[in-house]
Amino acid sequence: MFPSRIWREMPQRYRLEASTCKKCGKIFYPPRLICDKCGYRKFEKINLPEEGKLKTFTVIRTPASQFSDEAPYAIGIIRFSNGLQMMGQIVDCDLEKLKIGQAMRLEFRRVQTHDTHGVLSYAHKFVPKWY
Amino acid sequence: MRDVAVVGIGIMKWGELWEKSFRDIFVEAALNSLDDAGVDKIDSLVVGCMTGGLFVGQEHVGAIMADYLGQKNIPAAHVESACASGGLALRQGIFEVASGMSDIVMAAGVEKMTDTSGDGATYALAAAADQEYEVFHGVTFPGLYAMMACAYMNKYKVTRKQLSSIPVKAHHNGAMNPYAQYPFPIKIEDVANGVKVADPLYLLDCSPITDGAAACILTTVENAKKMKKPYIKITGSGMATDTIALSQRDSLFWLKSTEIAGKNALKMAGRKISDIDCVEVHDCFSIAEALVTEALGFFKPGMGVKAAAAGKTALDGQIPVNPSGGLKSKGHPVGATGIGQVVEIVKQLRGEAEGGRQIKGSPKIGMTQNMGGSGASAVVHILEVE
Repeated sequence: MFPSRIWREMPQRYRLEASTCKKCGKIFYPPRLICDKCGYRKFEKINLPEEGKLKTFTVIRTPASQFSDEAPYAIGIIRFSNGLQMMGQIVDCDLEKLKIGQAMRLEFRRVQTHDTHGVLSYAHKFVPKWY
Repeated sequence: MRDVAVVGIGIMKWGELWEKSFRDIFVEAALNSLDDAGVDKIDSLVVGCMTGGLFVGQEHVGAIMADYLGQKNIPAAHVESACASGGLALRQGIFEVASGMSDIVMAAGVEKMTDTSGDGATYALAAAADQEYEVFHGVTFPGLYAMMACAYMNKYKVTRKQLSSIPVKAHHNGAMNPYAQYPFPIKIEDVANGVKVADPLYLLDCSPITDGAAACILTTVENAKKMKKPYIKITGSGMATDTIALSQRDSLFWLKSTEIAGKNALKMAGRKISDIDCVEVHDCFSIAEALVTEALGFFKPGMGVKAAAAGKTALDGQIPVNPSGGLKSKGHPVGATGIGQVVEIVKQLRGEAEGGRQIKGSPKIGMTQNMGGSGASAVVHILEVE
């Protein structure tokens, strides 16, 4: 991934920031320039919550080339109590024991290592809460 | 607006066509459509292609295809809406004829997917998802539909065997289609005995990588009558979009774009869903076919897979779904798929479907549903015998 692409996304990827609409309160990850609920254009930064619940998941067994060393790996969508949903990898888990409804913790991890520009990219991953 | 009809269709044998180039497969299907319509000159060309740039390094698809089709100097546009590019090409072609800007338009679709590695194709297809917030995390297209399947099967208590009935039905129909990539039947146990791609989806839940093209010739109904050719009227067209990322939807398995596009197409045609005699839908994965039949209103939410397992979508069922074999058996050259669906419905409505897959009782009203990404765009058309 080209370095500028990672650099400009640091707030959401590295600082795990989301944004909340100053008018209706809807939360967005990644941040947006206009609220799709009320049309307002001013937002406030918030930190992503630390815990959510697994809504759905899969185990990727035939990945794109930059993830081939990691397969099989789990990826899922979690929902936070504030209504925000996001996708990410699920790690440090038994792939056979994942279940919808499971509590997940948000952690900061390395996401991609295979890169023609030699840049390691980091962002959130999910870890089942019992770990 | 002028009434628009399809007066010619063209397709070619889809598959891994090592001996044929991007431009060759387009021209082969396009010439077949010109011959079928009895036309040798078109006023304008609209080509659907998802990503000639990533698959073969060729963009500027409108110009190159008009050139090699021997139609130099005509206006030619390339339209893109991921895997719904073909359906979008038809919609744009309809606008051109209906508006009076052109009298004879070719709406076509093409994709050459095997001139790159499996990795390369995975990368190209993933460009239809949210690159920075889905693909970045390692999700693939089968992975996105697998997540929809996981949530859906958990909610509605759907069994693996019920889901497997969808690709079995696809191959049953496709075995009768001489243009299909995989024209052979499969057994229900073959699906879950295969290779897992993204849990709970196996290889036989997934549509293949395909080279292929399809084309149709559009003109006004008035003109079609003068040409004294069998024509099929296009009575409805609907398109809608949804969030690019699956995680941003209220429901992880309700295809809102398909629901809206379907309703708008039916409204334009003055029809209701129960009027439809046959439908070609976007079964890029087994689960997709079921979700689409629910979103269009053929079955209640949660009943799509169960209805298919009960035979309601078979050639002799309540609503025949994908008589062509669908994306699963016929193949899925992404940009061409939407036009391939039109070719099948026109054949069914003309009573010309080959190999014993013609639906009994002379179907009069058909529908096509073409979808991009994980449902971020959908295009629906209604075609009728007049």
